Amino acid sequence: MAGQSLLSAMGGVLVVFLIAPLLGLVTATSFGDFVAGLRHPLVWPALRLSLITTSASLLFVVVFGTPLSWTLARANGRFIRAVEVLTNLPAVIPPAVAGIALLLAFGRRGLLAGWLYPRGWSVAFTTLAVIMAEIFISAPFFVQAATSAFRRLDGNCLVVARTLGASPLRIFFRIGLPMATPSLLAGAAMSWARALGEFGATLMFAGNFTGKTQTLPLAIYTALESNLCAAQALSLLLVVVAFAVLLFVRVVLARTTADEMREY
Amino acid sequence: MLNPMNTIEEKSRIKLGRRHGIQILNALCVITVLVTLGGCRHSKPEPNPTPREDKLVVFAAASLREAFGHEADEFKKSHPGVEVTFNFAGTQEIRTQLEQGAPADVFASADERHMKALQDAAKVESSTIFAQNEPVLVVSKEKATSIHSLAELPLAERIVVGVPEVPIGKYTLQILEKASRSLGADFETRVEAKIVSRELNVRQVLAKVTLGEADAGIVYRTDLGANRDKVSVVTIPPEFNIIVKYPIAIVKGAPHPVLSQQWASLILSERGQTILRDSGFLVAPAGKAAH
Repeated sequence: MAGQSLLSAMGGVLVVFLIAPLLGLVTATSFGDFVAGLRHPLVWPALRLSLITTSASLLFVVVFGTPLSWTLARANGRFIRAVEVLTNLPAVIPPAVAGIALLLAFGRRGLLAGWLYPRGWSVAFTTLAVIMAEIFISAPFFVQAATSAFRRLDGNCLVVARTLGASPLRIFFRIGLPMATPSLLAGAAMSWARALGEFGATLMFAGNFTGKTQTLPLAIYTALESNLCAAQALSLLLVVVAFAVLLFVRVVLARTTADEMREY
Repeated sequence: MLNPMNTIEEKSRIKLGRRHGIQILNALCVITVLVTLGGCRHSKPEPNPTPREDKLVVFAAASLREAFGHEADEFKKSHPGVEVTFNFAGTQEIRTQLEQGAPADVFASADERHMKALQDAAKVESSTIFAQNEPVLVVSKEKATSIHSLAELPLAERIVVGVPEVPIGKYTLQILEKASRSLGADFETRVEAKIVSRELNVRQVLAKVTLGEADAGIVYRTDLGANRDKVSVVTIPPEFNIIVKYPIAIVKGAPHPVLSQQWASLILSERGQTILRDSGFLVAPAGKAAH
């Protein structure tokens, strides 16, 4: 019992450290400030853009990331390991550097410029660029979670399905996906949260233009230049939105896991 | 949710250590600290311990990075063993840090307004103008042949400017407004129509023009630095331009008042002014106190 208390106390240290800044945010923002912050002209276009772009980037990450993770989990060999490490890299690159890297690849003078934009246009400064930046930064969080989820699946189950004549696609859709769903959802939630907070790569690659490329974090930073209270209120809004969504996912997750337990 | 990396990498941050070496949170995350340490309420400055004058902490506008680096080399010649540390950031950010009681000795601002606000709040001593800076038009290599003057700016397809909340963005608006008076009332509108991004700092504006992603932007002459050859620089006619004054002041209750005074003296000395001029600043109007 004493051992468990020690473990809980150690965990508590981290919880306090993680919660203190959020608590500071809440206590430093009076209700009046918060309401005034919500009336700030930057808020709603930014919130709307953030929700649209993070939904789009999440969709892309899940649709392409799930097959990638499945492949990474099932295959072996040095090449596959190298690919796995490469897909993790964006998570360690500082976001502003990621933004420059995106420009160097997809910008006007970028590697793919001649092929992508024969007429001198480029994707930079568009909403699509925001989505691309979010995908680049957030995909590793999903791929990592999904790959380890698929690895944990019971190999026997898959082998049996194969011997019974199920096609690889059928195994993926009927066995792999359903069994890994809770972990996939958790990974998707982390990935979405990271995309929502994305700042550096977006600023570098997509710029900062209200309604077009100014997401909530960029609006917060813009407001910070003139009005700390507004920035605090916007930060609080971002935290509340993220909290609501993540809590929702957790609740759904708990419910589906409980259902599965009942099935088996 | 905000990523601390972004703010940290944008400037060389010094460790704001307290007496017992407890590293305060804003080494981790500037924004979190800005909102945590009292937010809209103004906190009292920390009482200062008796100092040893072996260190100098200078908070300075980001545009002073290159020049102050050279000034520090000069300072160390006459003050061997003294450690000079910098916190380069946007003037607005530094103002917030000083309002929250960050332990600085000297504050060099790129904006008179923020200096005035700190003086009114009794956070800094009286200030002196030590340098002047001038916005210039930068044009990407691709467009260098078609844009030779401010009047030709609307020929650009993509223009990036500073957000109006930061000084360069404010000055850009003023320049466009002044220019409209003689270049035609629609000049400003034609430029506005081509603006694709309002950047949060000058380096972002310059980076985008340097990389050719944007065709043109307005930055301070001193920001060009090593990028001078990668863009084409167009001087803005003086009748449209805004000359930016840089005030310097000693922070009230500075931990190292003697060294602070000596730093300010160096900056205002002939040698100090030469260093500033070499970095692209216009020298200060002789010995005028700002406030």
